[in-house]
Amino acid sequence: MSLRTPLAIAQGLGSAKSGVLHWWMQRLSAVALAPLSLPLILFFNLCFNAPFQETILWLQHPFNSACLAFWIILAFYHAALGLQVVVEDYVAHEGIKIISIGLIKLSFALLAITALLAVIRIIAI
Amino acid sequence: MAEFTLPKNSTLTEGKTYKALPEATSIRLFKVYRWNPDTGSNPRIDTFEVDMDSCGPMVLDAILKIKNEIDPSLTFRRSCREGVCGSCAMNINGKNTLACTKAIDSFTDTISIFPLPHLQVIKDLVPDMTHFYAQYASIKPWITTQTPAPADAERLQSHEDRAKLDGLYECVMCACCSTSCPSYWWNSERYLGPAILLQAHRWLIDSRDEHTGARLDDLEDPFKVFRCHTIMNCTDTCPKGLNPAKAIAEIKQMLVKRQLG
Repeated sequence: MSLRTPLAIAQGLGSAKSGVLHWWMQRLSAVALAPLSLPLILFFNLCFNAPFQETILWLQHPFNSACLAFWIILAFYHAALGLQVVVEDYVAHEGIKIISIGLIKLSFALLAITALLAVIRIIAI
Repeated sequence: MAEFTLPKNSTLTEGKTYKALPEATSIRLFKVYRWNPDTGSNPRIDTFEVDMDSCGPMVLDAILKIKNEIDPSLTFRRSCREGVCGSCAMNINGKNTLACTKAIDSFTDTISIFPLPHLQVIKDLVPDMTHFYAQYASIKPWITTQTPAPADAERLQSHEDRAKLDGLYECVMCACCSTSCPSYWWNSERYLGPAILLQAHRWLIDSRDEHTGARLDDLEDPFKVFRCHTIMNCTDTCPKGLNPAKAIAEIKQMLVKRQLG
């Protein structure tokens, strides 16, 4: 039985003094991803319908490769932020919550690095 | 994980049916959630046949009639019977509202009455509001200043500044909005919920208050404010027609503004 007052329970450990940038960056990355998805769609179209060499040439253009690299960074960043929100919403157990958020951040960083390396390797062909 | 199903001891059972007198001509059915902590049994749904010819127009009138004439053990909160005290907040036909301002005629069929969702039930339609009120106290819902009040007058506020409080001061803290919010269901230990955040906003924009920054410091938290995902159930359900979702959006805007503006 806890004899803490309801106010002490409601105040808990106090404010974390963060969360604003997480919320803002999630929205900013979402807005940026919308136009950045257009070159990605073009790229997928080439992947499926154009010869290998033409696709490579398209990707080697600095604007296209920059767009794709930027898309990769933003998409994985946005996904990590979003999944963190899902975990915070639905995982009540503190330990599991903290570990899950850590794993999400590390996994998406790894995925982003892997995807970026793939782009660099293709450009370097 | 968040619990999506009812625990075993909360599963509903069929309760008693109270028939109206044979001479009653205009009968409406009321299905009411009943739970008595003293019996140790599961909650049940009692069905009451209420004669509308001798009943007032609002759902609260029917509940009062049930208590007065059919089953005096029916437990609920009520006080002002005109939508200014917020006591009789309950879930009527799936929507949180004040029983005193909800007309029976606005429904066509059986009326189901449950306590506000996702709060501990004390008895029947009475939920435990302790944590809700403690959260309200935690945002310091009173004016805080450094400047002393003028010696011979009250603290003045312009008409324009006073108008900013319209749509906020009318809140009666009935908790209809907070208990309709899924984010509040899953995370009410830390998320303040729409009602408290509307009140927080009321004090943030009060022109006489001098602790706006400190208030924002207290709110800057991934859980206290940012569990709001703009679901809008709060605004949809508010029996006073207020817009807590907008108030929360404006708090977020203030937080972003002082970070980036």
